[in-house]
Amino acid sequence: MSSETSTSHGIAALKAESTGSALTPGQLVWRRFRKHHMALGGGIGITLLLLFIIIGTIFTPLEKANSVDLKARLSPPSGEHWLGTDSTGRDGFSRVVYGGQISLIVGMLAVIIEISVGTLIGGVAAYYSGWVDAILMRFTEAMLSIPSLFLLIVLGKYLGKDIQTIEVFGLSFSGSVGIVILVIGLTSWMYLARIVRANVLSLKEMDYISAAKSLGASNSRIFFSHLVPNTLGIIIVSATLGLAGAILSEAYVSFLGLGVQPPTASWGNMLTSAQSFIQRGAWWMWVFPSMFIIFTILAINLMGDGMRDAFDPHSSRHM
Amino acid sequence: MWTYLARRLIQAIFTLLIITVLCFILTRLSADPMAQYATNPNMSVADRAALRARLGLDDPLPVQYFRWLGMAVQGELGRSFFSKQPVATMIAQRLPLTLVLMVTAEICTLTVALTLGIISAVKQYSFLDNLITAFSFIGYSMPIFFIALGLILIFAVKFKQMGWPYMPTGADIWDPKNLGELARHMVLPVSALVIITTANYSRFVRSSILEVLGMDYVRTARAKGLTERAVLYKHALRNAALPFVTIVGLDIPYLLGGALVTESVFAWPGMGRLFWEYAQRGDFPVVLGVLLIVSSAVVFFTIITDIVYTFVDPRIRLS
Repeated sequence: MSSETSTSHGIAALKAESTGSALTPGQLVWRRFRKHHMALGGGIGITLLLLFIIIGTIFTPLEKANSVDLKARLSPPSGEHWLGTDSTGRDGFSRVVYGGQISLIVGMLAVIIEISVGTLIGGVAAYYSGWVDAILMRFTEAMLSIPSLFLLIVLGKYLGKDIQTIEVFGLSFSGSVGIVILVIGLTSWMYLARIVRANVLSLKEMDYISAAKSLGASNSRIFFSHLVPNTLGIIIVSATLGLAGAILSEAYVSFLGLGVQPPTASWGNMLTSAQSFIQRGAWWMWVFPSMFIIFTILAINLMGDGMRDAFDPHSSRHM
Repeated sequence: MWTYLARRLIQAIFTLLIITVLCFILTRLSADPMAQYATNPNMSVADRAALRARLGLDDPLPVQYFRWLGMAVQGELGRSFFSKQPVATMIAQRLPLTLVLMVTAEICTLTVALTLGIISAVKQYSFLDNLITAFSFIGYSMPIFFIALGLILIFAVKFKQMGWPYMPTGADIWDPKNLGELARHMVLPVSALVIITTANYSRFVRSSILEVLGMDYVRTARAKGLTERAVLYKHALRNAALPFVTIVGLDIPYLLGGALVTESVFAWPGMGRLFWEYAQRGDFPVVLGVLLIVSSAVVFFTIITDIVYTFVDPRIRLS
C-alpha cells in the first residue's frame, strides 16, 4: 500500500516537473531541495550561525576573547560573562564567536584541499587507468586503512614540528591554524577520490566523450571541461558533508591539544581545558562550545542530505 | 574465486608496504626520539651522540626503514625509547583491556541499534520513529568527547556532590584484574561509545529494513497470509541484515585500535591511549607498532568481509 502511494506521488512529481516551461538543471535541483524541509531547516540553521558569528564581532572585540583575567577565572555564566569564563578568565561568549570563525574557516579551507586532492587523484586515476590507476588507488587504500584519528595525529605531529605565528590582515594567528587545515584536508580526500574515480570511469564510456576525442580535444580539455563539470553534483554534495566532517575533525584534533593552539580560540580547543575543569563542576566550559559544534554539524549534515537527494535525478520519488 | 583471492592478497601486500613507508616517514621524522635525554644531567652530548649512532638513528632513512621492516616481518617491533620495553610486550599488555572495552561496546551497540532500527522501520513516520531518527541525527553530529565529558559531569561529579552512588571518573588508580572494579570503570566509557555508534548504526538498520519491506517477496509473504511477525523476522530481517554484515565486518579491525579519545578521557589503559601517549613523546617504535597492527587488521578484514559476504549473499560472485 505504502509503495503504491509513493509511486503515484512520484508520477505526480514527474508530471509537475514535465509541465510548464523547461527548467534548467540548477532550477530542478533548487526545486527538489526546497521541498526537503529538514534540509531547508539545516540551511536556515547555517545562516543563523553565520549571522551570529559575524554580528557577534560587533559586540565583542577580539581582545576580549584572548585577554586573561585571573580574578574572574572559572566564573559561571552571569550578566557580565554570558557564557562564563575559562580557567584563565577569558570570556566564553567572545571565544565562542571568534572560535567559531576559526572552526568554520578551518573547515572550509580543509574542504577545499580535500576536494582538490580528491578530484585530482580520482579523476586522473580513472582517466589514465592502467598503472597510474593501480598506484593511485593503492595509495588511496593505504590512507584509508589507517584509522582516521591515528592518521590525523601522526600527520599533525609531523607537520606541527615548528609552529610560527602568521599575520593575516593585521590579525595574528597561531601557525597551528594553517597546519590543522593542511592535516584535515590531506587526511580526508580518499572517499571523494573513489567516488570521483567511479563516476569518471562510467562517464568515460559515454558517446560525448568519444565525440570530443574525435574532434581532437586535448586530454586536459576533456578532463576539465567535460568530465569535471559532470561530476560537479557529487563533488558539491561531498563538499557539504565534508565540511561537517572537517569541523568535527578540527574539534577532535584541537581537543587532543594538537590542533589550534591558544590563545587563538577554536571550538575544539575550548573543550581541551573543559576536560580538566569538569571535575570541579565547570559545566559551562563544556556545554557551550559543544552545543555550537553539534548545532553546526547537525545543520550541515541535514543540508548535505537534502542536497544529495536534490542532485540525484532519480530521487524525485522520495520527495 | 582463487584467482580473485590471490589478486586481492597481492594488492593487500602492496597496500601494506605503502602504509609502512608512509607511517615510517611520518613518525620517524615527526620528533627526535632522543629529546627526552636532552635534559638528563648524567648524559653528556658525546654520550648522546654515541647512543644515537649505536641505535642507528644517524643512518640514511631508507636504511632505517628497511631495517625496521626486516625486523617487523619477523614479529620484532623494536623497543620503546621511553619505557625501554619491547613494543610487542607493551601492545600485548594493552590489547586485552582494549578488547574488553570495545567488544562490550560493540555488542551493546548492535543490540540497541537493531532494536531501535527495527522499531523505527516498522513504525515508519510514527512519533517513536521521528524521535529515534531525531536522536540518531543529533548523535551522529556529536563529537564523542561531548558525551564522555557529560557522563563524567553527571554520573561522577554531580552524583558524588549529591552523596549518591557515583561512577569513577577514571582519574583514580584501580586494578584491572579485579572484575568488580573493571566493570565499574567500564560503565561510562561503554555508554559513551554505545550512544555515538548506535546513532550511526540504527539509521542504517532502519533504511535497509525499509528497503527490504518494499520488495515483491515481502508483499508475496503478506499476501499468502503470514503474520506480520513472520514476515518481519523470517523474510525481511534476514535480508536486511546482509548489508549490515559488511558494516560490522569492516568495523571489527577498528576495535583493536581502541577508541583513542574515549580511552584518553576516561584514562582507560588501552591501545588508543598507548598510541596517544607515545605519539606525544615522539616514541616512534611504539607508534609504528600500533599503526602496523591496526592497519594490517583493517586491510585483511576488508578481504575477509568481502569473502564472507559471498557466502551470506549468493547473488554476489567474485571475479
